[in-house]
Amino acid sequence: MGTFIGIEYNVWWFLVFGAVISGYAILDGFDLGAGALHLFLKKEQSRRIALNAIGPVWDGNEVWLVIGGGVLFAGFPVAYAAIFSAFYIPFMIFLMGIIFRGVAIEFRSKEPGVLWRKTWDVVYCVSSVVIALSLGLMLGNVAYGIPLNAEKEFAGSGYSFFNPFSIMVAVTTLALFMMHGAIYLTMKTENRLYTKLHLLANSFTVFFVLSFVITTFYTLLYIPHLSDYFKSHPAWFIIPLLMVLAIANIPRQIKAGKYRYAFISSATTIALLLIMVAIEVFPYLLYSTGDPQNSITVHNASSSGKTMKILLIIALIGTPLVGVYTAFVFWTFKGKVQLDETSY
Amino acid sequence: MDAEILSRIQFAFTISFHYIYPPLSIGLGLLLVVFEGMYLKTGNKVYEQITRFWIKIFSLIFGIGVATGIIMEFEFGTNWATYSKYVGDIFGSALAAEGIFAFALEAGFLGILIFGWNRVSPKVHFFSALMVFLGAMFSAIWIVVANSWQQTPAGYHIVGEGMNARAEITDFWAMVFNPSSVDRLIHVWIGAFLAGTFLVLSVNAFYILKKRHLEIAIPSFKIALVTATLFSLLQLLAGSRSAEGVAKNQPAKLATMEGHYDSSSKADMYLFGFVNNKEQKTTGIKIPGGLSFLLHGNFNEPVKGLNAFREDERPKQVNAVFQLYHLMIAIGMALIALTLYACIQWKRKKLFDQRWLMIVFVWSVLLPQVANQAGWFTAEMGRQPWVVYGLLKTSDALSKTVSANQVLFSLILFMLVYALLFVLFLYLLNKKIKHGPAEYGAKENIDEGTRRNNPVIQQKN
Ligand code: HDD
Ligand code: HEM
Ligand code: HEM
Repeated sequence: MGTFIGIEYNVWWFLVFGAVISGYAILDGFDLGAGALHLFLKKEQSRRIALNAIGPVWDGNEVWLVIGGGVLFAGFPVAYAAIFSAFYIPFMIFLMGIIFRGVAIEFRSKEPGVLWRKTWDVVYCVSSVVIALSLGLMLGNVAYGIPLNAEKEFAGSGYSFFNPFSIMVAVTTLALFMMHGAIYLTMKTENRLYTKLHLLANSFTVFFVLSFVITTFYTLLYIPHLSDYFKSHPAWFIIPLLMVLAIANIPRQIKAGKYRYAFISSATTIALLLIMVAIEVFPYLLYSTGDPQNSITVHNASSSGKTMKILLIIALIGTPLVGVYTAFVFWTFKGKVQLDETSY
Repeated sequence: MDAEILSRIQFAFTISFHYIYPPLSIGLGLLLVVFEGMYLKTGNKVYEQITRFWIKIFSLIFGIGVATGIIMEFEFGTNWATYSKYVGDIFGSALAAEGIFAFALEAGFLGILIFGWNRVSPKVHFFSALMVFLGAMFSAIWIVVANSWQQTPAGYHIVGEGMNARAEITDFWAMVFNPSSVDRLIHVWIGAFLAGTFLVLSVNAFYILKKRHLEIAIPSFKIALVTATLFSLLQLLAGSRSAEGVAKNQPAKLATMEGHYDSSSKADMYLFGFVNNKEQKTTGIKIPGGLSFLLHGNFNEPVKGLNAFREDERPKQVNAVFQLYHLMIAIGMALIALTLYACIQWKRKKLFDQRWLMIVFVWSVLLPQVANQAGWFTAEMGRQPWVVYGLLKTSDALSKTVSANQVLFSLILFMLVYALLFVLFLYLLNKKIKHGPAEYGAKENIDEGTRRNNPVIQQKN
């Protein structure tokens, strides 16, 4: 394994993976959140505006999931194989969510019928909730660890995924996305819809803070090993501290009407949350709760040094490109939503 | 049924379903660039209407292509865990490159293509169409490279033993340009162009039959016909190159495709036929020694047959592969005949007078689709029992921890959901086609506020 600026390739690749997952959570997070709160909006016009707020960008956001899958497959094939075969059923349900959300957005506007639209509204909302919950459930299990055998494959029962910790993480993820989505929509809307979303954003912030605090206390009390690293390296407490500040900043900015700063704050919250998880699990990609010897780490699961190097080159060329045109697309559709003949 | 056969059925089903849509996106992408390019060049409003109409259809197709593609990406991990570990080093990098270079490009600019008419200048809009098309072309590159590597592995070495063995890259470019990737990529691209152009031909033939939207249907039909003729002819060349490659690199597959058993004898080429794998006999209408001639330029030269391979190292479904392969070739020939005939009629100014010809064109949309599927089944079933040719058997490639019941559950789920999707897709497509392109010309009822910054609209007002 070679090194780049004194850091091993596979550690770099862990950072790349973390960055892509954070990018996914921040970007797709807001449109999943918008989907999850879709049914809170009652009028046809409001729903259309909300859909068109994410219309030109949601597909691009979802690509980060595809990139994340590729990054894991390429860099840590052993982890890719173990994680997706272990979470077979939850993952299939997640994929169903992905299918239905995509087509619901696409199909809804294709017919004017009230029943048609109402049906797809429900599908859109439910699938967004399912995606958020199943992502959270898997994140919770990955953070907590699952039993692995000597071949580094899953050796437990599927029911074990529904443990209290992972369920709490799932609910927290949903709350986080709903908060993030409401803030995004606030940024994109005007007048009465704006006021309504503003109120929703505040309620979801409370929802998120509550579920986050409960999950944190549960973790500290019942799963002490998940906070070992922070206890032995207190300097890292800066991360949770920054997170508290970022969260506190959200209602403040919304109140001041500076929704863009509120959005940046909630994006920061997501990133810090994932950084916290990453610090906690590193160097494990998947901790084995049975025999820790079987755990999958960045060291024993990675591709060859040569592949790592190629991958880093691909990432170095690709990421700026993606950044440039993603920015261009967001810039093109900046400002409040306006419906026209091309809208959903 | 065990987890292996169920996983194979599930993979075949989900990829075949996915593969209905990407070829259409690639082919339509090409025509969108042509149509919008014509609009930009001539300023003729007809081309704008054509472009707008096909963008709507494109977005419908694209949406389903994306939803089903994401399933594919993760299915390697869920169902083929051992395979994933084995090829991760190689396959993973292709998939990561696909995500970064292709999908991000495509999905990013798609937003502008669909929703950006009133927000960017015509040039930028055209540029977006070009980028979406390029993104679709790129996504074919990486996935075909990955698949070609598993057909004809190169640029790797094996490390570890038994269940822990895996392939590692030694030479990246040798991996990318493995012996079959370029030939197959070209063949796949052309197959996709044909899928897209025949959709355009079909829809416009329908309008011409119904005498609707003629001012739009006739130019679109002509543009698509030129493209279709060109690519039908090129596909014959590309296909024979693929066949030569198979002969060189995967002789067991070639013998399966032609139902050839006896290595000591010359090999025939069949137009139609039937293979009896038990008795190892192939019957049908044939050119005696035809395959020998094609490969060696001599009608009597022996060709390696299936008997040269161990029973457990050659495909079992010989007749299926034979039939699918011949179906593809028959369709290839039919496309050439159809397009050339239409061109001749065009030259004699009788193209649109023959109802039956237009009816044939309405249904012709199915031909490239079937050929594409048949070609992939040939390639993939002919590769059996290997998942990575000569290195890893399909039966060893499974996820060990996934039970048959779990796969059965997901397979039934996919079948139900995809059936529903397909019905909805056809319903909406049909509706869009019936509705026709006219509506998009009528922009008069749009809010004044949305017209800002649009030189086109300002110019026309
Ligand atoms: C419109 C689509 C279409 C048409 C008309 C044809 N093909 Fe094809 N063929 C494909 C679409 C396709 C494909 C879907 O793109 C495949 C599947 C895998 C691949 O690489 O390309 C393919 C595979 C494929 C293979 C197997 C490659 C492998 O196993 O690696 C051969 C030998 C041929 N083709 C040969 C032909 C010949 C001689 C044709 C005569 C006209 C022909 N194809 C027409
Ligand atoms: C098993 C192999 C395959 C995998 C893992 C796969 C993966 C994917 C994924 C993840 C997407 C969605 C991308 C997005 O979010 O924008 C997608 C769409 C797409 N795929 Fe596939 N795919 C496979 C087979 C193929 C093949 C064989 C081709 C072409 C030859 C192809 C061409 C495309 C294209 C052009 C799209 C864009 C969507 C569209 O235009 O319909 N894919 N695929
Ligand atoms: C879109 C075109 C494709 C079609 C229609 C197709 C078709 C099939 C079929 C029919 C099988 C089952 C073979 C059997 O059981 O006899 C199969 C298996 C498989 N294919 Fe493909 N395939 C396509 C593209 C790809 C691509 C692009 C890849 C990888 C890059 C791929 C990788 C695999 C793998 C890993 C299996 C499972 C193992 C096996 O049964 O051999 N396929 N495919």
